[in-house]
Amino acid sequence: MNPTYLVLEIRRTFRARRSYLLTLVLPPVVLSVVGVTQPELVVSVALYGAILAVTGCGAGVAAERAQGWTRQLRLTPLRPGAYAATKVLAAMVLGALSIVVTLALGAARGVDLPPAVWLGCALACWVVSAPFAALGLFAGYLLRVEAVTRVLSPVVTLLAAAGGLFVPLDGALGQSARLLPTWGAGELARAPLTTGIDAGAVANVVLWTLVLVAAAAWRFRRDTARV
Amino acid sequence: MTPAQETHPPALDVRGLVKEFHGREVVRAVDGLDLRVARGEVVAFLGPNGAGKTTTIDLALGLARPTAGTVRVLGQAPADAVAAGRVAAVMQTGGLLRDLTVGETVRLTAALFGTGHDVRASLERAGIADLERRRVGRCSGGQQQRLRFAMALVSEPDLLFLDEPTTGMDVMGRRDFWSAVRADAARGRTVVFATHYLDEAELYADRVVVVSRGRVVADGTAAQIKDAAGVRTLEDAFVRLTSAVGTSAGGAR
Ligand SMILES: Nc1ncnc2c1ncn2[C@@H]1O[C@H](COP(=O)(O)OP(=O)(O)O)[C@@H](O)[C@H]1O
Ligand SMILES: [Mg+2]
Repeated sequence: MNPTYLVLEIRRTFRARRSYLLTLVLPPVVLSVVGVTQPELVVSVALYGAILAVTGCGAGVAAERAQGWTRQLRLTPLRPGAYAATKVLAAMVLGALSIVVTLALGAARGVDLPPAVWLGCALACWVVSAPFAALGLFAGYLLRVEAVTRVLSPVVTLLAAAGGLFVPLDGALGQSARLLPTWGAGELARAPLTTGIDAGAVANVVLWTLVLVAAAAWRFRRDTARV
Repeated sequence: MTPAQETHPPALDVRGLVKEFHGREVVRAVDGLDLRVARGEVVAFLGPNGAGKTTTIDLALGLARPTAGTVRVLGQAPADAVAAGRVAAVMQTGGLLRDLTVGETVRLTAALFGTGHDVRASLERAGIADLERRRVGRCSGGQQQRLRFAMALVSEPDLLFLDEPTTGMDVMGRRDFWSAVRADAARGRTVVFATHYLDEAELYADRVVVVSRGRVVADGTAAQIKDAAGVRTLEDAFVRLTSAVGTSAGGAR
């Protein structure tokens, strides 16, 4: 990977108005809508913002494929894998900021936790949001940019709701939620608030990470293959 | 191979190159193309739309794989020559990020090639040093093309491909672009440019290679090509050369 490119990519991410809207404005709005009382919900919504941010790398990839930028990069020593990693890392920096903003808002509204727990939740959110970058890349290497921007955030929002990130789900809904990647990520993100880690959640995150990375790698290889 | 050939392989060495695209039907974009370009030559790759110019350049840049035949660039495989910055290209469209500034774009390109590249010199030689802070999206077509040229110069390539670099530019844009390229080629860089502007081939190339249907149909100086075809203008020669293949392939006459 190239440090100059990474720094420039982070600057580009923070220049785009869209980044702010989706990841720094939307999660606080959701927080107000669902009402902030429990720390669990604050952390879940922070995770939602982080997932929106990291999947955002997909829109960038789709746009830059269409603009011939990825082709231009093939006339440089930068490897296509390093390009994808650069996009993901820049998106994860935005994800980190989104987490900080949402958690800070929760704290400002009276959620009271020890600093170590805040920090633990923030780190947990950041780590478990990372595999969703693969979902972004998968979409970015599969779809056109219009489709990616139109589809990705609604899909993420749906996954977040059905995975129990906005309101706790019981019964049949609660059972089916356990199948979704957002459920496992949510459980692990909230783990610092509770004692012990749910083995089912770990299995969910591991399996979904494998699936998403495999899907992204499949589309990536197809896109970068020389024909 | 003699020692001299080993140390100085040609800038471009294309032998029996074939490229087929397998879609609903098979398109033979390049059909047994042979071409050697010596170092320091400025060669115009002239041919009608669909002749296979872009495909040949893609193959020489390692962006596509040949169906048959070989391409060597400065004695290396294309992908290796590209990664080493020894060959660069100005594509006709795309390849720019509109939200970057001109300076950021060239600095990024330089950084990707490693340290020690002179960004300022590339901007100046491309004639866009005064546009350094301008957003790429706000540059005219001609300015964007000179930006692509500056990006291509960053790694100080020995061989430079220009694929229809002035298509869609106005007269002033074309003149500015070519004066930048010409000043640069005077320093000894090998340049291969695809064009369908006959005047560009005649004015700026040492040698004209006419391609039609994926093959070389004439190769020489503009004067030699006109003489061989028995006509007075390059345009007449071009029409005769490129349609002769068409009629024989079509079976007419
Ligand atoms: N990716 C592709 N798939 C199918 N056919 C292609 C592809 N690229 C080029 N061709 C075809 O190959 C031929 C040569 O194209 P090209 O090299 O672009 O010609 P030129 O640059 O001389 O105009 C054309 O008939 C074109 O339609
Ligand atoms: Mg072309």
